[in-house]
Amino acid sequence: MPVNTKAIGKTYAPVVYAVGREKIKEYARAVGETDPVCLDVEAARAAGHADVVAPPMFAVVYSAPAVGPPIFDPDIELNFAMMVHGGQEFVWGPAVVAGDEITTTASVKDISERDGRGYYVFESISTNQRGEQVCRGTWTNIVRGV
Amino acid sequence: MPQLNAGDQIPEVRVTPDKYLTVRYAGASGDFNPIHIDEEFARAVGLPGRILHGLWTMAQVARAQTEAAGGPEHLKRLSVQFRGMGLPEQEVVVSGTVRELADGHAVIDTVAEQAGNQIIRNAEAELEL
Repeated sequence: MPVNTKAIGKTYAPVVYAVGREKIKEYARAVGETDPVCLDVEAARAAGHADVVAPPMFAVVYSAPAVGPPIFDPDIELNFAMMVHGGQEFVWGPAVVAGDEITTTASVKDISERDGRGYYVFESISTNQRGEQVCRGTWTNIVRGV
Repeated sequence: MPQLNAGDQIPEVRVTPDKYLTVRYAGASGDFNPIHIDEEFARAVGLPGRILHGLWTMAQVARAQTEAAGGPEHLKRLSVQFRGMGLPEQEVVVSGTVRELADGHAVIDTVAEQAGNQIIRNAEAELEL
């Protein structure tokens, strides 16, 4: 059965995420981040940041809520039970710090089929409250047995 | 700022995720897929048991880069492919080599291995130094 490609180019409603100091610290501890600028507001300020700095992979926390809707979009017919996360890219702009408000918009970048596998590529663009692009994510999900 | 040169290995990151790491990461990240936190569910869908979140392992790859570069704001791009699956309570080793370095911009080839299997491969990082 060929994959359904009609949703390529579809864009979803933006999702706003308010970055909290304790959430950054919780995330940093879960990934073993020990840099004081991620854990201690005084250290962050001494290094010239407005507040504690999100580790780069904190992008998952603020952008994943925007990528959920396409994965479950009936227009895409993605078989979630057979899905694996095949690849991921993030490109970062200015650092995200506690107190920022990040707006993320997801879109369907590509849907294709190769060797009985469906490749579903989503893009997320995240900007801060000053309109600066802080992260672009490319999420490649592979569905076996399409 | 640590000195990096083309051809250098970056310092390895070695970390052994404890038994409950996937539960803490689920809470921290918001990814509560039961394959990561429910042993019975994971086995029922044919996995050997609960598996690590790929994005947690990617965060270890990111950490190897930011520690080599001297802080979280230096990592400008990271691209990875996930292969196989990572398991709790086994050491994850991240290694990398500086492929290019020019004008304060470094490109690193990097991988994450567990028990000799590359669970993240073909990864490429760009750092601003």
